[in-house]
Amino acid sequence: MFSKILIANRGEIALRVIRACKELGIKSVAVYSEADDTSLHLQLADEQKCIGPPISAKSYLNIEGIIKAAKETRAEAIHPGYGYLAESEEFAKACENQGFLFIGPTPQNLRLAGDKITAKKIIHDAGVPVIPSSPGGVGTVEEAARLSSEIGYPVMIKASGGGGGRGMRICEDEEILHEEFSVAKMEARAAFGNDEVYIEKCILEPRHIEFQMLADRSGNVVHLGERECTIQRRYQKLIEESPSPRLTTELRKVMGDAAITAAKAVKYFNAGTVEFLMDRDGNFYFMEINARIQVEHPVTELVTGIDLIKEQIRLSSSENLGYTFDDLNRKGWAIECRINAEDPDRNFLPSPGIIEEYHPPGGFGIRLDTHLYQGYELPIFYDSLVAKLISYDLTRDGAIRIMKRALEEFTIKPLKTTIPLYLKIMDDPSFQEGEFNTGFINRFVPDEDEDD
Amino acid sequence: MEETAQRVEVRAPMSGIFYRSPEPDKPAYVEEGDVVKKKQILALLETMKVFQKVKSPTDGKILEIKAENETPLKDDDLMFVIEKSQT
Repeated sequence: MFSKILIANRGEIALRVIRACKELGIKSVAVYSEADDTSLHLQLADEQKCIGPPISAKSYLNIEGIIKAAKETRAEAIHPGYGYLAESEEFAKACENQGFLFIGPTPQNLRLAGDKITAKKIIHDAGVPVIPSSPGGVGTVEEAARLSSEIGYPVMIKASGGGGGRGMRICEDEEILHEEFSVAKMEARAAFGNDEVYIEKCILEPRHIEFQMLADRSGNVVHLGERECTIQRRYQKLIEESPSPRLTTELRKVMGDAAITAAKAVKYFNAGTVEFLMDRDGNFYFMEINARIQVEHPVTELVTGIDLIKEQIRLSSSENLGYTFDDLNRKGWAIECRINAEDPDRNFLPSPGIIEEYHPPGGFGIRLDTHLYQGYELPIFYDSLVAKLISYDLTRDGAIRIMKRALEEFTIKPLKTTIPLYLKIMDDPSFQEGEFNTGFINRFVPDEDEDD
Repeated sequence: MEETAQRVEVRAPMSGIFYRSPEPDKPAYVEEGDVVKKKQILALLETMKVFQKVKSPTDGKILEIKAENETPLKDDDLMFVIEKSQT
């Protein structure tokens, strides 16, 4: 086991990792930008190192600066959290080359997870269903039209180097495909510096269901059940839960086995997520592997009793898994709401500023992962995720009731947050019945065009 | 007519980082002296990773660019002064 870990991140996930370190008796090093000198992760960590100016590119994405901080503090390992450098092959390699253990997947895992076309091919060849798509990048609109009629409309144009929903265009028919193809290429180039796009079948009324995976260095792979992450806006997850109200025991078994096959096919190591899209008939398709700990990991922790951050650390120090899904003490239902400092009434415009009045919720069945405190000034430079509110109960209905009560208690004034939106969703009959697809949020918020 | 030309101020709608060009190596959207159309993009403002387009409220000419590229602005900081067209 390590004696000191540097956390190359900020916000709630930095706190999450520091807390795990404390419980394991490991010293923690916080790194921070000049805009974060009042951030809570500095107060909880054993040591602090400033790594650069406010802009993320010069601080939290500054590989050289982070490695230097690790050397100066004599850290043995680096936990990247999520976002920032968590999926950077270059960073993972830099850690390795400089003698620090990167707590996460191997550089090879990261490269493959970033190369979605190759990853899909390998996993498809291993026998896991994938969404029908073009065999590779598509260069011309004529080729796109030919492939699309083979696959069958509606289709989606997607950026090969993309993610987070950017560079994606839905085409109902060939006429729309002709209109959208060049726009998608331009968008891909602007967002990712790579204009390669591919064509994929568009799944109707889809649900996003993902499996939490853990893998050790000996090649043992376990899944920790699924997370239902269907409630999204513009491909950003808003509400996640575990288990999924859609899955039967049989379906969970089949999908869990497929997820393990996928992880083994790419020789996955450490914590990761296998994402599936499920259509209205229960057919599921592999989408991608997220090679990191995810924002929504707490819902899995609450229903399995497994601390995923501690497992990441334990597995990185070459310990073996030693259990399977059937060994887990699974119980109950967990729901997470991502509280963002955004105004749901004004097209989710961000809402930075000083928190003048802060009352976090508590009580039975509540977990709150947040870096907020009374008087904290939310910087303009970073993500708008300010808290993850997670409720837990023996039943889904119980978890919804606890969530609603906790959302009502939660005061973060005068910032605008997504709390009022979640209150409406908790009261929604189709949410309560578990009947929804990825278009669910449009009933609550019109998908407004940002250009007036 | 020039003496009575109307000056229009463009202020930050919220705090954020001010960018004069779409990418670091690209030319600025506008320079002082440029003639602009209503709704033309003048700059970008990044707040918590969300980019907003700063658009010209009027047809006119850029008199002054008050904000510095890649610097944080506060809510209501002055970004541009535009001379409104007389048409």
